[in-house]
Amino acid sequence: MENSVAARIAADPNYKALKARRSSFGWILTLAMLIVYYGFILLIAFRKDVLAARIGDGVMTWGIPIGFGVIVFTILITALYVRRANGEFDALSEKIKQEALK
Amino acid sequence: MTATLPTSYARRALAIGALAAFVLAPTLVLAAGGDLGQADKQSTNWTAITMFAVFVMGTLYITKWAAAKTKSAADFYTAGGGITGFQNGLAIAGDYMSAASFLGISAAVMSSGYDGLIYSIGFLVGWPILTFLMAERLRNLGKFTFADVAAFRFAQTPVRVFAASGTLVVVAFYLIAQMVGAGQLIKLLFGLDYWIAVVIVGALMMVYVLFGGMTATTWVQIIKACLLLGGATFMAAMVMWRYGFSPEKMFAAAVEVKTNIAAAKPGTTPQAAAAAGQSIMGPGNFIKDPISAISFGMALMFGTAGLPHILMRFFTVPSAKEARKSVMWATAWIGYFYLLTFIIGFGAITFVLTNPEFLTGPGGGLIGGNNMAAVHLAHAVGGNVFLGFISAVAFATILAVVAGLTLSGASAVSHDLYSTVIKKGKADSASELKVSRATTVALGILAVLLGIAFEKQNIAFMVSLAFAVAASANFPVLFMSVLWKDCTTKGAVIGGFLGLLSSVVLTVLSPSVWEATLGYPAGSAPFPYTSPALFSMTLGFVGIWLFSILDNSQRAKIDRAGFPAQEVRSETGIGASEASGH
Repeated sequence: MENSVAARIAADPNYKALKARRSSFGWILTLAMLIVYYGFILLIAFRKDVLAARIGDGVMTWGIPIGFGVIVFTILITALYVRRANGEFDALSEKIKQEALK
Repeated sequence: MTATLPTSYARRALAIGALAAFVLAPTLVLAAGGDLGQADKQSTNWTAITMFAVFVMGTLYITKWAAAKTKSAADFYTAGGGITGFQNGLAIAGDYMSAASFLGISAAVMSSGYDGLIYSIGFLVGWPILTFLMAERLRNLGKFTFADVAAFRFAQTPVRVFAASGTLVVVAFYLIAQMVGAGQLIKLLFGLDYWIAVVIVGALMMVYVLFGGMTATTWVQIIKACLLLGGATFMAAMVMWRYGFSPEKMFAAAVEVKTNIAAAKPGTTPQAAAAAGQSIMGPGNFIKDPISAISFGMALMFGTAGLPHILMRFFTVPSAKEARKSVMWATAWIGYFYLLTFIIGFGAITFVLTNPEFLTGPGGGLIGGNNMAAVHLAHAVGGNVFLGFISAVAFATILAVVAGLTLSGASAVSHDLYSTVIKKGKADSASELKVSRATTVALGILAVLLGIAFEKQNIAFMVSLAFAVAASANFPVLFMSVLWKDCTTKGAVIGGFLGLLSSVVLTVLSPSVWEATLGYPAGSAPFPYTSPALFSMTLGFVGIWLFSILDNSQRAKIDRAGFPAQEVRSETGIGASEASGH
């Protein structure tokens, strides 16, 4: 019985839409995070001088805002996903559940 | 079906724990009084001692309350699944913001500036990955441990044996780091012998976990997270306040201090000194070569998604929605915390390195070692009362993390090995609980012994070793079993063990263990890079893939046939509520 429910859900167009949308959204954001972080790491590995370059006449370097920027980006991108998942995706998921357990 | 401890026994043990904290601590301070060690001055700091005692009393009271609620194995492992997303987010942050993060990273920033920031960024970037790819699937598939998820459609015994091994290795590495931090901190604060400090931490942690299980552990973590975030905010604000909230002024002051320190060394030209001073504003020698940089980045990023004590926290919330809220809050708090530790590290340069009161001698190191940077800064910006507060918080931090780690190790042994592998899923809740508690005691003793053995190691670095193992063994298996339809039992187990063994072996062969711990001459380490993850994680993934596609066994057919049903449940959570319903 468990399996027949699973099969019914798997055939539900809403389920297919949920899976496709959520997984592409998740992978795009994952890619964005990887690019930002490994961009930062590659900068450290190959172009330390870029991060150590001073912004103005003081001691402040580009590395500080870039480093802080990576932290803020990490928090924001997580918020972006959770917002959409807890709203749009969960609503869709709820619909699928009701359909399946009818 | 339930296994309540005899209440009188629990009460007596808690009373003894409380008594020990009060009676034992001052006695030991007196006993250590004859020792003219570096921590002599601090041994009379009754403010700090009182705050320790208040925290211990408070948490023991919570443990007593939690003990009454901890009746079944589900209560013990996951607090019955009744934690909210916000609470769990704080608890995850409390679990993750370890003593190594707080003391180790602020010390790293103090000694090498920007390199400390690179370290902390690495610890944060795994969270989005965990959120996007794993969090809700974990919640939908799992019950008590990450092995529940990894073994969902596979042959239980081999996958559980692997997952328990992965868990215990990570827990052991992480525990070492925490125990070393605890020993150093309490040694400094109370003037205790290092080993006595470590024993006290081990004993208190055992009381929390044994009697209060996940409920007590969660609340210890929540309280500790609030105290730590509050204390760190105050310290960072005090540092910024001194410089009129101008980052430029703060950085300029720190560069000047570092320049003066460099100039004080004989034979240093003013130009070289100025360069040394400015070097804290950019990447330094922490990452020597591109391969180390990438490898280390991978360990931190994917290690987060493979830490068993963090993964376990996803089973304490009632739904996938709450699981997502948990990571959202956790990421925000942890990110904020790392911004603070950076400021605290720079504050330590200007406030601590310039004050002879905190140094072992002119041009010498910090009293109690570099890892005490944040603790000394607390003294500098907030006096004795705040020193007491931060010391109590750091102590609480260690206890909370150690408790979470031990609980996760204990659940791997009792739920994965004992209940599923040995009893083939037929163990009742009572006997499973008994095994959990016995394992808790064993792990507590092991943690104390390892803490003593690794006294002289850099604690922040020890954590990165745990991350390498988590990224190379636990993460690939979890990821492939959930997302790749052709993954089989054989592939997951062989690939997982390849990742596990290679990360441990390469770690032993790397300079940090080969040269620093085993004492071989510098440059002789067979594996020259900082972190093994680039190689060991790749090996793990390739192993899983290769041995899965080559697998034509009967079991492989069952494994692959199980994927569609697993996927439906991981995407929608249908069926998950029964699994964690109580």
